[in-house]
Amino acid sequence: MAINELPDNVAITNLDRLVSWCRKNSLWPMPFATACCGIELMATGASRHDIARFGAEVFRFSPRQCDLMIVAGRVVMKMLPVLQRIWQQMLEPKWCISMGACASTGGVFDTYSVVQGIDRFIPVDMYVPGCPPRPEQLLQAVMDLQEKIQREGTIDGREFARRGVLEPKRALRENP
Amino acid sequence: MTDQGKSAAPAESATLIAEPLFSEIVAAVGGQRPSEFRGQQRIVVSAQRLFDALSVLRDRYGFDMLVDITCVDYLNYRGATDRFGLVYVLTNTAQNKRLVLRCFVNDPEPAVRSATSLYEAANWLEREVWDMFGIRFEGHPDLRRILLPEEFTAHPLRKDYPLQGRGERHNFPVITRESG
Repeated sequence: MAINELPDNVAITNLDRLVSWCRKNSLWPMPFATACCGIELMATGASRHDIARFGAEVFRFSPRQCDLMIVAGRVVMKMLPVLQRIWQQMLEPKWCISMGACASTGGVFDTYSVVQGIDRFIPVDMYVPGCPPRPEQLLQAVMDLQEKIQREGTIDGREFARRGVLEPKRALRENP
Repeated sequence: MTDQGKSAAPAESATLIAEPLFSEIVAAVGGQRPSEFRGQQRIVVSAQRLFDALSVLRDRYGFDMLVDITCVDYLNYRGATDRFGLVYVLTNTAQNKRLVLRCFVNDPEPAVRSATSLYEAANWLEREVWDMFGIRFEGHPDLRRILLPEEFTAHPLRKDYPLQGRGERHNFPVITRESG
């Protein structure tokens, strides 16, 4: 029997989009908060700004239970191996938000010990400018990330393999 | 005045060492150029006499607390004749007196005798000065880096060390999407 007209409670989509829709609305953040951005991150999780409205309220301090790393604050070279290890302990599919000027670029701390942007050493999906960013900016980044997951997410994570080719290895080019 | 204001009496700040005693201390430690600046009394001693000076100050004059050891790099400093200036801040907790002891060391191999046998507090303070300035403390029980990673090779608070480093932070592996 051919269906000519869909009932009201039926929608047609493909599996990739369905899975992405589920994933984007239940992001579990891993708070990698090292500095003052972490305070804004806490404010974002608290009642006034309430990141729960976007399905991302379940902050977990175990990387094995998370799929969104929010790096909030500066990362020094002694901390970077820890950051990389935590990132590798997170299960796929996973995303990363670089929150604030320090995590994204090193900020004002252009010194021997501070990593000049975590994207030199781990992949980053969203950058949030600001010093520190307002909670609204972080929420905007979460919403943008949700849109990105919905747009290009696949059930088996093919988009990650594709993105890896495009990402330049900046650390290798940097002037010592 | 509120009750809070009455109860929170400000701690008395350290007072200056009175004059006959201060001259006596300077002579006892073999100090040069005694001076006073903004309520702090300072004495310069030579690197050879530093340990004996600390010992005399602790045992005979009651300076029982080592507050801080730090260092200044005088490279290219106007009018400076020595490279590094070590600064020892001592306190007499019984009489509430402070004294700053300074001592100059030079390249190559800047070194002084460790004060760990006199003050336990010197252990980590000397490790920090070694970490940041590369001044060796002879006789220190465990002279390792304290703040920087073990594999760091330079002493970054020296003035001839570049502000942005020598590439130490670029030696980490780069994790990409396909690698995990």
